[in-house]
Amino acid sequence: MSEAPTVTQENANAEQPQGPRSFLVSSAPHLASGTSTRCIMFQVVLGLVPLWLAALYFYRLDALILPLVTVAACLIAEAVANAMRGRDQRSLTDGSAIVTGLILAFSLPPDLNPYMAFIGGVVSIALAKAIFGGLGQNLFNPAMVGRAFLMICFPAAMGIWTEPVTLARIGDTAVDGVTMATPLGAAMDPSVLIPSLWDLFCGRVGGSLGETSALAVLIGGLFLVFRRVADWRPVLGMLATAFVYAAIAHRINPEFEGPMFHLFAGSMMFGAFFIATDYVGAPITPVGRILFGIGVGGLVMTIRLFGAYPEGVMFAILIMNALTPLIERWTVPTPFGGHVAAAG
Amino acid sequence: MITNTIKSKLTNKKVFPRGVHPHDFKEQTRDRAIEAVPWPKEVVIPFQQHIGAPAQPTVKPRQEVKRGEVIGTAGGFVSAPVHASVDGKTGPLTTVLTPVGTRVSAVPVQTAEISQEQLEQDLKDFLQPQGPVKPADLIEPEAIVKAAAEAGLVGMGGATFPTHVKLKVSPERKIDTVVLNGSECEPYLTADDRLMREASGTVVRGLMLAMRAVGAPRGVIAIEDNKPEAIAAMRQAAAGYPSVEVAVCAAKYPMGGERQLIPAVLNRVIPTGGLPLDVGVVVVNVATSLALAHAVDRSRPAITRVLTLTGAVHRPGNYYVAIGTPLSHVIEHAGGLKDDAAEVILGGPMMGVTMPDLSTPVTKGTSGITVLTRDQVVRRQETACIRCGRCVDHCPLKLMPTKISQAVKHRDLELAKAYDLMACCECGCCSYVCPAGIPVVQYIKSGKAAEMRRRAREKAEAAKKA
Repeated sequence: MSEAPTVTQENANAEQPQGPRSFLVSSAPHLASGTSTRCIMFQVVLGLVPLWLAALYFYRLDALILPLVTVAACLIAEAVANAMRGRDQRSLTDGSAIVTGLILAFSLPPDLNPYMAFIGGVVSIALAKAIFGGLGQNLFNPAMVGRAFLMICFPAAMGIWTEPVTLARIGDTAVDGVTMATPLGAAMDPSVLIPSLWDLFCGRVGGSLGETSALAVLIGGLFLVFRRVADWRPVLGMLATAFVYAAIAHRINPEFEGPMFHLFAGSMMFGAFFIATDYVGAPITPVGRILFGIGVGGLVMTIRLFGAYPEGVMFAILIMNALTPLIERWTVPTPFGGHVAAAG
Repeated sequence: MITNTIKSKLTNKKVFPRGVHPHDFKEQTRDRAIEAVPWPKEVVIPFQQHIGAPAQPTVKPRQEVKRGEVIGTAGGFVSAPVHASVDGKTGPLTTVLTPVGTRVSAVPVQTAEISQEQLEQDLKDFLQPQGPVKPADLIEPEAIVKAAAEAGLVGMGGATFPTHVKLKVSPERKIDTVVLNGSECEPYLTADDRLMREASGTVVRGLMLAMRAVGAPRGVIAIEDNKPEAIAAMRQAAAGYPSVEVAVCAAKYPMGGERQLIPAVLNRVIPTGGLPLDVGVVVVNVATSLALAHAVDRSRPAITRVLTLTGAVHRPGNYYVAIGTPLSHVIEHAGGLKDDAAEVILGGPMMGVTMPDLSTPVTKGTSGITVLTRDQVVRRQETACIRCGRCVDHCPLKLMPTKISQAVKHRDLELAKAYDLMACCECGCCSYVCPAGIPVVQYIKSGKAAEMRRRAREKAEAAKKA
């Protein structure tokens, strides 16, 4: 029963069925739940679909072009980074670059020049993700870094908010590009009328591409939470903190808008369900994730009420990203039964 | 622990926090009654089928042995004797690969003929022995421990810890409860389920003896809710004993782990590094309990066991097998392997050990043989950790598996220990849920092994100096 060394054990057995059969050897567990990184990422994309549909409804063509441009930019940057690092291109299909591109697009003004969006996409992947070592290694949320880059480079363009095409105007607004103040901008400027809560909830207000309709965000976001793709902890931590913060501020000074306004305005909902739940930049510990959400919610409200910017989700996320390693260190759970006694 | 308590109050089922819910695949064998496997031409009986010192061989080659005769005596206190499981003639000593992954010395025995009637009668006696027995209260605890030691009983759920050591509780320890572990949380396996259905009376008898041995006034039979027939059978069998109750547990992996079962059933947490003894509990497995009843009442040693053979075999089922029977013989009896069989696991798929070939014999701790097909075998590309936190959310011991595994991967044992490397129970929930295909528990296991080696080295160096 001498076998040629080049023949693998399996082949040899196939040829000689009477010989002792040999089997694969591996370490337990021998079953897997079947979820994969790709599966998670594409579920996030699925969760983003309602937002995209709402954006298409409100902003028409812009909502088609912008996400495609950013996703393309992210994929190209990922491919180039892979090539420069001498790695295979498998990471293109894991869906993470697509998610980054979509999140970025949905956080941009609808009327943004596509070349700027492209730059934002490239920066997101190249500067925020690839140079840290790719998937899972980045300290900061790539999409938020890309957006911050655009805010610095193109401050004017990043402050133009197109009026959404709403039911009432379908007939008379053939050309888009009518600008208006965002609700949060309106809240800072006493001369502008504040939209009704219902308009805020549905999204008939100015704002970033994917964030204006709290309803669409809720549909997509709750889908992710129920699928256990998004953790409920940062979502609840962020929204509850923002709500309480806004309620107290409103009680002390009624000139501040109420808590419901703040929950539905700007990227609060979008940030809670889709950005604060980003795995990589948030702590891995259960308590840490609640703290992360609380931190984001508190910072958003602080920036909104007292800062120079009308919106603060981006800065809040980036600041909390920076604090993540510290939070994680503070919140290491005590094992069931206590820590291992210091022995040997 | 709070949500846990609420959950168990709402559903009236015992549950522990975290863990996973793999599909149980038990439908393949749950309705297959236990069937006796004829003796093979030759059994190979390893001298080490337990944790502790190997047994000392007492037989010579070409010696006639009778079924039940001692062929190896215990090699220390934490050890167990080994008995001939068949009538026959011994061969020259050899070595076999055991589930632990090491080769141990073993003796082959050429078996004599056994008729089908004898075989079936033997199975019947094993499941429902007839004849009067002494009430457990009238038997001295020492006698029970002695009988367990002489019968070579070990934990038959797979842990293979010598039973007499477990039952010999020092007088200053107060044990108030014996938990009969009938949870059988591993997917695929149904042997304990079948034993509880077909041998309920004998299993309860074993529990009564274990309670008597450790002086526990209370016995709890823990069964997962995916075994309704076993729950009914055990309830009926325990009806006459007010000190014994049946606790229905939620079907969840790893319910059968002591560190999960005791919190679930009794709401007591075993301290890390401690034993069930530390919280006044002794846990015995269903098959061990049955074997204990036989050891005490009929002086019958551990020479046979029931195991589940399942997966890619033609006739999956629950089989009554003589210890030392090669896997190949059991599988042949069950119609052989299917063509796409690729991996043979001793035990269940979550914690079982794969065997490279089928010459390995069934030992006292072999609770099942699970055969996976080529498509089922998990062979995944390890990709980067995306910090999704699933391993942290599912770790039943509340560890941070990804942190430990990364530390081990980067050979930073100190960091791994800072994340409580040694507390890991190796249940594998982390690897099971990992979307990045990281063999998390495998890294942790290798880290634990490295730490054990380091400790051994340190000890050796200290000894050299002294």
